[in-house]
Amino acid sequence: MITDTDIAVIGAGPAGCNAALLAAEYDFSVVMLDEQVSPGGQVWRAKSPAILSAPETPESVAGESVRNAISQSNVTHLGGVRVWHIERSEDAFVIHYENAGVSISLSCRCLVIATGARETIQPIPGWTLPGVVGMAGATSIFKQDLIPIGSKMVVSGTGPLVFFVAAEQQRLGGEVAAIVTSNTLLDWIKALPAMLLRPGLLFRGLRWITAMYVNRIPIYWGHTVTRVEGESSVSRVEFKKISKDWTPQGQPRFIECDCVSLGSGLISAFESFQLAGISLEHNSDLGGWIPKQEQDGRTNVGGCFICGDGAGIRGSLAAETHGKLAGLSAVAFLGAKINHSIVKLRREYTRAASFGEAMSKLSIPRPGLTKLTTAKTVVCRCEGITRAEIEDEMNLGAQSTISVKSGVRAGMGPCGGKFCQTAITDLIAKTKSCPVSQIAPPTARPPLRPISVNTLAGDFDYSDLPISKPSPL
Amino acid sequence: MGCASALQMAEGGMKSIVLDQGDLGQGASGVNAGTLSLQIKRVKLMPYAIRGHQEWESMGDAVGFRKTGGYTLAFTDHEAELLHERMSLKAEAGAPIEFVSNSALREAEPNLADQVVAASYCAEDGYANSSLTGQFYRARLKQQGVQYREGFKLLGVEAGNDGYVIRSANTTVSARKLLFSAGAWLKSLTALMGVELPVQARVNTVSVTERLPMLTRSVIGHATGLLTMKQKANGTLLIGGGWQGRGTPEQGRGQVDTDSLRSNLALARHALPAAENARILRSWTGFEAHVPDFYPLAGKLPGYEDVFVLGCVRGGYTIGPYIGKLMGDYILERTTELPLFNPGRSFPEVVV
Repeated sequence: MITDTDIAVIGAGPAGCNAALLAAEYDFSVVMLDEQVSPGGQVWRAKSPAILSAPETPESVAGESVRNAISQSNVTHLGGVRVWHIERSEDAFVIHYENAGVSISLSCRCLVIATGARETIQPIPGWTLPGVVGMAGATSIFKQDLIPIGSKMVVSGTGPLVFFVAAEQQRLGGEVAAIVTSNTLLDWIKALPAMLLRPGLLFRGLRWITAMYVNRIPIYWGHTVTRVEGESSVSRVEFKKISKDWTPQGQPRFIECDCVSLGSGLISAFESFQLAGISLEHNSDLGGWIPKQEQDGRTNVGGCFICGDGAGIRGSLAAETHGKLAGLSAVAFLGAKINHSIVKLRREYTRAASFGEAMSKLSIPRPGLTKLTTAKTVVCRCEGITRAEIEDEMNLGAQSTISVKSGVRAGMGPCGGKFCQTAITDLIAKTKSCPVSQIAPPTARPPLRPISVNTLAGDFDYSDLPISKPSPL
Repeated sequence: MGCASALQMAEGGMKSIVLDQGDLGQGASGVNAGTLSLQIKRVKLMPYAIRGHQEWESMGDAVGFRKTGGYTLAFTDHEAELLHERMSLKAEAGAPIEFVSNSALREAEPNLADQVVAASYCAEDGYANSSLTGQFYRARLKQQGVQYREGFKLLGVEAGNDGYVIRSANTTVSARKLLFSAGAWLKSLTALMGVELPVQARVNTVSVTERLPMLTRSVIGHATGLLTMKQKANGTLLIGGGWQGRGTPEQGRGQVDTDSLRSNLALARHALPAAENARILRSWTGFEAHVPDFYPLAGKLPGYEDVFVLGCVRGGYTIGPYIGKLMGDYILERTTELPLFNPGRSFPEVVV
């Protein structure tokens, strides 16, 4: 099959950009597609054009550098487009994407999927109130628009992101009422050896924390927000101390605030991998369900390579080198002779990955986490399905994510389960008393994002429709 | 169909166990568009389809049953001719189908396209929610004390002392009689018994939109059968019509083919222009098994007295609960209300 391009890269974050840049060095035609207008992904998200002169941050500097590299390279960057389906044939892939209301297809010999991560939030009472924002969602707003969120924020979650969100909220002129984190100082001390591999980042983190102490912002280690309260928007949160397995215990305490940033860690955005035919496996150290993979981004689907956080949460530093390695795997697949040092890149990758993995470990869910979701808490927010409804369905005999989805519509709304599937899977595993690795996510279905009938149907004359002969009488 | 047979056997005092490689009701019966329309049933199968409708109606809310009435549309003179010819035969076979004027259609369904040349109507038509099939039958089996095992991956069948021993990776089940009712997976199962049945699978595509304001109240079809469309009580619009995806049952779930999807949605938009800006949330495929003459396999497996096969029922979602009951009766050695379809008959060579 003659294809439109040699290599297509889905996702323009650190992994996708580096894969595309390296592949282009070997004189293959490379097309990189991304939902955002400018390359950078979530971590290097570009500033809105209205505020380009705003002060630099480490993320904006790294983002500008990769954006320049892409614009000076032979990589064809398609920004502001949405991939909605991936089809496989014997020797090619066809990617279908939406651009300004029109569906376009792009065929390629080789596919690199770098769709990154999304955040997961354990549902708690009140988490659907206006004023609640995900931690990763908050960083997107900070990076793109440089504005604080609300006037007084409580940040509650796991891993390093709690401190980044709090520090940025403050830097941008907002107030932070408190940081509540399930992690303890001991958790962080355990992560120290890996963090010493990246002294620059360690120092940056310490600076955020110091700033909190200087500004007398309370940090509640080993605590979690258990409830968000308010009539029509957030007015305060309830929080509790948690046990070693993250079960909330003790007396509730309260903090007044008008917004809450919640986060329970990052997970792979794995639907594209599923559509491409890559099997999933469970690895709680790397964010739960991730695509099965071999060295340097190779997969069980010939010609399809994966890199970055989508392949397992290891952070942006690891994603950069992982992208390079996957780019090299792709060009090698197409027959190029590699003149980069793979050994050196692998070493770099291992080093960066061990830092990222140590950060991911701080967010590995513990058994008590599901206790935050009360019977009446909405779990599937698109369809308004509560924990009790999901458990009732299981008591009636539903034993899998597919049965729960069919029976109560949990995960059948516009997000397609992207928001709730982690919590639902945990609930099923808990009810069945089996490891979550035995509860596979449902089959992925196109479109990857909601796409209108007009876009999918395209322009046509009725007489052009391929109407076959009617079914037998 | 397997569940309906097992329930009927339980009613007749025969103990049975239902084995499924996945979850109950998650094959074709759980992923089809849920259309219950006599206008798309085969003439010879009409008595079965009419009784099938009665079964679904009796299941009621538990399966999301709604009798909305259904219109079948023709947009060209040729299609109008086709519609008249086909619907007249179906009406003769007992379906209460009538032809309606454009003004009557417009009054009932004001959002449909202006270009309709002819339309037929059947008051018996409606839909059920196929997602609820598994939930419904699981509850019924439990209620009747019929055992079932989900996630049972059948590896082999051997002759036992008094019947058969069915083997999976970690367990065996023995039974005096076997019924294979595995839809598109029938072929590989009966092959285990040394019988090659000419079963093929169509890969039908279905799509669903986000919730919309009410645009249509009836089940909408097309003279060729290439469109089924209905808006559910929650506002989502479900679009099917048998456009073909890719894949085989042996490879797992099928895949959506974008060309098929495009044509399917173009036809839906042509019929209901008001849906043009609705966003599609999900498209999927389901396997519909058939044999070359497009009539059911329902009877004894050729060469066996105590092995039965049930499947390849054209319009299987509609007819399934009824023909499953007939199968139960047959295994119980009762006289069946309507005749079954011998799987040992000869099939035409040419496969359509």
